[in-house]
Amino acid sequence: MVEVTGASDQPLLVAEGLTKSYGRLAACRDVSFVLYPGEVLAIVGESGSGKSTLLQMLSAQLAPSGGRVSYRMRDGVLRDLAELGEAERRFLFRTDWGYVHQDPAQGLRMAVSAGANVGERLMAVGWNNYGRIRQTASSWLERVEIDVARIDDAPRTYSGGMRQRLQIARNLVTEPRLVFMDEPTGGLDVSVQARLLDLMRSLVNELGLAAIVVTHDLAVARLLSHRVMVMKEGRVIETGLTDQVLDDPREPYTQLLVSSILPA
Amino acid sequence: MNAPTYNFAYLDEQTKRMIRRAILKAIAIPGYQVPFASREMPMPYGWGTGGVQVTAAILGPKDVLKVIDQGSDDTTNAISIRKFFAKTAGVETTTSTDAATVIQTRHRIPEAPLRAGQVLVYQVPIPEPLRFLEPRETETRRMHALAEYGLMHVKLYEDIARFGHIATSYAYPVKVNARYVMDPSPTPKFDNPKMDNCPALQLFGAGREKRIYAIPPYTPVVSLDFEDHPFTRYKFDAPCALCGAEESYLDEIVTDDKGSRMFVCSDTDYCEGRQAAGHRGVESAAPHKEAANG
Repeated sequence: MVEVTGASDQPLLVAEGLTKSYGRLAACRDVSFVLYPGEVLAIVGESGSGKSTLLQMLSAQLAPSGGRVSYRMRDGVLRDLAELGEAERRFLFRTDWGYVHQDPAQGLRMAVSAGANVGERLMAVGWNNYGRIRQTASSWLERVEIDVARIDDAPRTYSGGMRQRLQIARNLVTEPRLVFMDEPTGGLDVSVQARLLDLMRSLVNELGLAAIVVTHDLAVARLLSHRVMVMKEGRVIETGLTDQVLDDPREPYTQLLVSSILPA
Repeated sequence: MNAPTYNFAYLDEQTKRMIRRAILKAIAIPGYQVPFASREMPMPYGWGTGGVQVTAAILGPKDVLKVIDQGSDDTTNAISIRKFFAKTAGVETTTSTDAATVIQTRHRIPEAPLRAGQVLVYQVPIPEPLRFLEPRETETRRMHALAEYGLMHVKLYEDIARFGHIATSYAYPVKVNARYVMDPSPTPKFDNPKMDNCPALQLFGAGREKRIYAIPPYTPVVSLDFEDHPFTRYKFDAPCALCGAEESYLDEIVTDDKGSRMFVCSDTDYCEGRQAAGHRGVESAAPHKEAANG
């Protein structure tokens, strides 16, 4: 199941003993895992279980209290994120990584056109030809099933589902190798969710992306991910292949999560 | 002259010293916005409090001061600032670009080429070129520090997407010395090429925003653009109606309430100089003119 074509046998991201505490409150305790290129990992758990804290530490937006995260840069060298300079970290963030926010307003510039939203990362890495930027932006809008005629409209005129798809296009335009997603389907109605999940699944396959998806929705985890990590009170309590964890959960808490899905 | 009841050039010596230190730092890092402790001036914000403080800090007793507002020496703002320094510093004032050693300006760069030794002081309302794209000052400072200027091109992209060409016609962003992106204050983009490799020192003062920045003499200044939509300095359809100048920036003057108008040089000193040298435009033969020329 985790057999991914073209995947290298070297890990892309390595988390070791990640811990974050706020005074006596431990938001995240001793989380370790390894992510390989092309692999999709879902982090599931209820609200307050430390999923989002973990995602922020993994994406170097939050400094861990203990442990470390290493990432294999495009030159093949595994580097500790805490040792990267701010310039390098920000460069990584807008080239080799993507970050899809739950609320598209956080990930998009709502007042500038869709084309400029998609083109921003390209211009940030020095693209200086309007025609080429626009062409690339339109082809990405097509790929995420947004009508190209709306390229000059601002995302605030878009529906929730379109905004989320635009956010995905904006992130993928620099062909990142790793995408972080924080509840990517949150706040969307079921039919829009299904379409978005379909799209994400095909993009991840086509581009051979690795992704870390935080979600409380087990259906999202089942559809998108190869592996699942279940969190509770800041700890990883169960981890394994998606089908295995969801069909045959070992931990009582996971069993509870799985059984609390409403039957379709 | 009047016996000054103020300290020379209005500001006290400690304040001028503080401003000069900011200016020196600004010159050392071309295009970088240096914070300074801007003072209250006896004029409202938006009328050139930043420019006036910079001028006060650099003015010496032997300087000759010229003040222009939109290119003109005879508008309210220009006249009152000129009078202000005549009164508080007792310096000689002039309307001639050539005779001036310090020129304070709002929204224009004189048409006559500047020379080494002159200082051009700009009044700046909003020094941050990224302001309208990224409202957080902490974030824009970081972007300057890391030279992350992709966002500036987003604005130009939006222009082309909306209007078919780069429609920004004033406060057109420039890159100074291949490092900092800078807002040249609301000068028309027509004037941008004059900033490049200019022999005069250019100082920018923003009083409300408390920032000073500078372009030292002979510094490369490049207007941002796209390969396929290069920066263009626009050209007017007709020459100046009074002096016939082809290559100057023109103002539209409404001449009656029936829609008649004429286009004349915005730089009054340049226009008068050309007329004195015998250049004529299509409307310069008006009767009162002939009477005046005698």
